Amino acid sequence: MVGASISPQEFEEKIKQATIKLLMAAAVYLPRDVKNALEEAYKKEKGELQKKMLRAILDNLEIAEKEKRPLCQDTGAILFYVKVGEKFPYMGSLPRILREATAKATELIPLRPNVVDVITGKNTGNNVGNYLPWIDWEVVPNSDEAEITVMLKGGGSEAVSMMKVLTPAEGLEGALKAAIDTAFDAGPRTCPPNIIALGIGATGEIAVKMAKRGLLRPVGERHPDPKIAEIEKKLLDAVNSLGWGVHGTGSGPTALDVHIEIAERHPATYAISVMVFCWAARRATMKITADGKVTYPSHSFLEEEV
Amino acid sequence: MAEYNLRTPVSEEEVRKLSIGDIVYLTGTVYTLRDAGHKRALELIARGEKLPVDFRGMAIYHMGPIVKKKDGEWEIVSAGPTTSTRIEAYEYDFIEKSGVRIIIGKGGMGKRTAEACKKFGAVYTIFTGGAGALGAKAIQRITGVHWLDLGVPEAIWVMEVKEFGPLFVIIDSKGNNYYEQIKEKVEQNLKEAYAKLKL
Repeated sequence: MVGASISPQEFEEKIKQATIKLLMAAAVYLPRDVKNALEEAYKKEKGELQKKMLRAILDNLEIAEKEKRPLCQDTGAILFYVKVGEKFPYMGSLPRILREATAKATELIPLRPNVVDVITGKNTGNNVGNYLPWIDWEVVPNSDEAEITVMLKGGGSEAVSMMKVLTPAEGLEGALKAAIDTAFDAGPRTCPPNIIALGIGATGEIAVKMAKRGLLRPVGERHPDPKIAEIEKKLLDAVNSLGWGVHGTGSGPTALDVHIEIAERHPATYAISVMVFCWAARRATMKITADGKVTYPSHSFLEEEV
Repeated sequence: MAEYNLRTPVSEEEVRKLSIGDIVYLTGTVYTLRDAGHKRALELIARGEKLPVDFRGMAIYHMGPIVKKKDGEWEIVSAGPTTSTRIEAYEYDFIEKSGVRIIIGKGGMGKRTAEACKKFGAVYTIFTGGAGALGAKAIQRITGVHWLDLGVPEAIWVMEVKEFGPLFVIIDSKGNNYYEQIKEKVEQNLKEAYAKLKL
C-alpha cells in the first residue's frame, strides 16, 4: 500500500511508470468495445475475402497480446487527454512526466518514433517534440484525482479529418452530408471498419475538440440526449449503406459506430469537424488518486501486474 | 479467387497470371519503401547513380516498421502497411525504372500505377491494414538497412519473409483495379445514403 508518506520524487516516478504502462496498454491491447465489434463483424461476414481480412485482424490482436507487441506499427501521434482535479498534488509536473514517459515508452515497448520536424523533415527519434505528445487539459473542481486517457492516432485515418465552418442555413443537413462525404472519400484509406465522429460548435477548434471527444467514446455507447442518439443511429446506417466495407472491399461494415458531440454555436456560424478512427482505435485510460493509487478502467486486467 | 505461394524474385510470367481478388503468400526478400524512399530512389536513377539494392523481380512493401536492436541486430516488432495512395505520384516511374514486380501496401493506388502494372508486368496487393503484429510474425530476419538518415519509418529495410500474407491482389497486370470496381458501386450507393438522411 502506498500511504501519504510517499516522497514527491517517488510519486512522480510512480506516475511516470504508470504512464509507460498506459502507453503499452494502448499500443498492445485494443479496447474491449472495439474488439467486440470486430468479433461481431467477423461472425456476421459472408464475403470470403472479407472474412479472411477480419480473421487477419483478429489473429493480429491475438499475436499482439500474446507477444506484447504493438498491434499496429503506426503507434500514431500520441495524444493525452488529461482531466485533472484542482487539488491533484502533481498537476504542474504532469507535462514533464508525460513527455519523459513517452520517450521512455518509445524505447521500451517500443513505439515507432513518429515526431518529425515540419521544416527539415528530421525525426526526433523519441516521440517528443514541439507540442508532441499533445496534452489536452480539463480541470475538474473539487477533485484531487487525475484521469489520463491516451489516444494513439494513426496517420492514415487522421489524413481525412476535416473542419469547416458552415453557414447556419447549411446547418445539421450540411454536417451530416459532410460526415457521409468524408466516409465516401476515405474509402479504403482509413483502414475501415472505422469509428466516425462528427463534432459541432461555434468555432473550428471547438468542433474539432467535440469530434475528438466523439472518437474517445466507446463503440456502442449512444449520446445521452435521445434526439442526438437517434441521429447517430441514422447516420451510422447511412454510412454503412455506402458499402465500402472491410478495407474498402465491398462487403461488411464501413463503420463500427458513429458518434456525434455538440457544443452550442454562434448565431452566425455552424462549425463542424469530422474525424475518423481506424479499426485499430487505440485508447487507454488510467486514474491516479492523490495518495498514488493507480487504476486502469479501460484495461482493468492490467491492474494485477505492477 | 485463386491462392498462390510465390518466392522472390518472381518472373513477369508468374506475375501476369495473377488476377484481382487472388490471394498471395510471399516468401523471400522484401524491401520496405515509402514516400521519401521512392523520391530518393527516383532522384538517384535520374542522375544515373546506383541504388543500394536491386529491385528487379522483387517486392516492395509500403511500410514503416517499429524496430528494436537486440544484441547488435535489428529486429522487427510491428510491420503493417501504410496508405499507398500517397505514393501514387512516384509508382509509375518506379515500376518502369526499378523492375519491381510486386507492390504491397494498403488503401489502394490509382490509374497511373495500374497503367504501369499492365505495361511493365507488376501487381499491387494489400496486406490487412493495421495488422502490424501479424506482419511482423512473417518476417524471419532483417538482413540490411539503407537510408536510415531518412528516419526509421522511411528507410529501406531488407527483410526475409516466410509465407507473408494473405496479400490480396487489388491491381493486376491486365488493367483491372478492384477498388475502382467497388468505387463505382459506392458512387451509386451515395444517393441512397443521402436519401436515408433526407439530404
